[in-house]
Amino acid sequence: MIVYLVKRLAAAAAILLVVCALTFAIFYLAPDDPAQKACGKACTPERIEEIRGQLGLDRPVPEQFARYLEGIVAGRSYGGVQCPFPCLGFSFQTNVPVQELLVSRLPVSASIAVGAAALWLLTGVSAGVLAALTKGSWWDRAAMAAALGGISVPIYLTALVLQYVLVVVLGVLPYPRAVGLLEDPVVWLQSMLMPWVALAALYAGMYARLSRTEVIGALGQNFVRTARAKGLPEATVVRRHALRPALTPIVTVFGMDLGALLGGALITESVFGLPGVGKLAADAINSSDQPVIIGVTLFAAGFIVVANVVVDLLYAVLDPRIRLGAA
Amino acid sequence: MSLLEVEALTVRFPGVTAVDGLSFDLDKGRVLGLVGESGCGKSVTSLAVMGLLRDAETEGGIRFDGQDLLAGRPKAVRRLRGDRLAMIFQDPLSSLNPYYPVGFQIAEAYKAHRRAGRAAARAVVVRMLERVGIPEAERRARDYPHQFSGGMRQRVMIAMALCLEPELIIADEPTTALDVTVQAQILALLDELRTEYGTAVLLITHDLGVVAGMADEVLVMREGREVERGEVMELFDRPREPYTRRLLAAVPRVDRPVPDRLPVEDS
Repeated sequence: MIVYLVKRLAAAAAILLVVCALTFAIFYLAPDDPAQKACGKACTPERIEEIRGQLGLDRPVPEQFARYLEGIVAGRSYGGVQCPFPCLGFSFQTNVPVQELLVSRLPVSASIAVGAAALWLLTGVSAGVLAALTKGSWWDRAAMAAALGGISVPIYLTALVLQYVLVVVLGVLPYPRAVGLLEDPVVWLQSMLMPWVALAALYAGMYARLSRTEVIGALGQNFVRTARAKGLPEATVVRRHALRPALTPIVTVFGMDLGALLGGALITESVFGLPGVGKLAADAINSSDQPVIIGVTLFAAGFIVVANVVVDLLYAVLDPRIRLGAA
Repeated sequence: MSLLEVEALTVRFPGVTAVDGLSFDLDKGRVLGLVGESGCGKSVTSLAVMGLLRDAETEGGIRFDGQDLLAGRPKAVRRLRGDRLAMIFQDPLSSLNPYYPVGFQIAEAYKAHRRAGRAAARAVVVRMLERVGIPEAERRARDYPHQFSGGMRQRVMIAMALCLEPELIIADEPTTALDVTVQAQILALLDELRTEYGTAVLLITHDLGVVAGMADEVLVMREGREVERGEVMELFDRPREPYTRRLLAAVPRVDRPVPDRLPVEDS
């Protein structure tokens, strides 16, 4: 178990290092000159050179990468401006360290991601399990048709239709606003409902189909037949012997999806105008704010890698074959 | 009255009749070998007796100790399963749930039918594991199926099937997934235990050697029907039906030269 843990952590660290190198390469190879961006429109070549020196852009590439890594683990300075640990870059357009931007945007993204995840997990998995248990019934067919619909409709369409119907036509909800949960719970809930439903419609569809397939597969296992041969009540057979193996793979997918969403739901946040990490990325792309684009990439990758490690550990808890080193 | 009476059993799956009007009975403490080639319907017969068939249409009668299993209330039939009639499956690895310790899986069978606290169920588990020859039973009860060898896993399955001292055990190819030396050990164990507990056994196998060693009677099946039935030694010595003769001739023997060809069907 400890060997497994160490292996997973080492792999995660290696992946993060590779992501760092790749994002840095994008930064270095991108056509835009950060010194030019920082300097503004009325700028002389001498001034640009001066800024390049301040930002360390005149140094050899390996040295720049080393300083970039150093910034992440220990903080650094950009032309006299301090960028504290963990420095993910510096936005020359807004004169703010990237991690500060990210931290200020994270609560919105987290509110969207966690709420939507709870919603899709509850609806998607229960619909899928029920469909599997009543395979071939009208419920199975209706649920799977709805799931296919949820997966097929693009999220920006769901989001726009929701907003149009609930806000513009029916007026039952206000336009979403970025309000903290503790600040005003009612407005927070009203603002989050539509993003949750829009995201959950997509993911619930996928989870319903996945759960259905997994449960049907598990019900066909020989050990489920053994459980029935023991004379256990059918409810116990399903709950104890079919659902546990069926839902273990779903944990993996769920961890990854939640991790990815915490790194920002770009489309959802943009459509509803909520200032989360995804909206930050979209705005940075529009204004070519490279350090922010790179910072968001690294940040999102970090969430996925961490989610991966958590999922691997959870998997070991759930599946004794992994925990005790077999298969 | 026999312990198990099967009368004109017919099992149909969409597009195929797996068992076609099969009848037999089995008395207390006796061993009936159900033999035949793959796909002849022997496993389907055993699953029908256990009430474990899904998506199948079943006709005829199956009575256990006078109780109709096909027409009986599902709950009443479920109460018999595991308690008075138990089953040992072919592949012990896939038949045991990889997510639970073996002790838990045996205790679960016991507690499904007897009011027993943790400690009482635990005592039964350890006693049964010891009885089927698993060393350090107390510790091994906490291990998971993948931590056992194939033969040990089948011993666990046997312990699970016997923990409630059933009157009938259905053993569906209990040794097919095991290597030859382990096969012999498992058969010896099964034979010893069924003598000790006075259990009737419906032994399903394609291995005539297994039948010869353990069964009192043999029923030869082909394409879902009975070909021939008789006392084991009589049937082996004087098979009446050509199919039985061919089946017997198909078994390679060390004391005879291997024939170039198997006898051709003479009907």
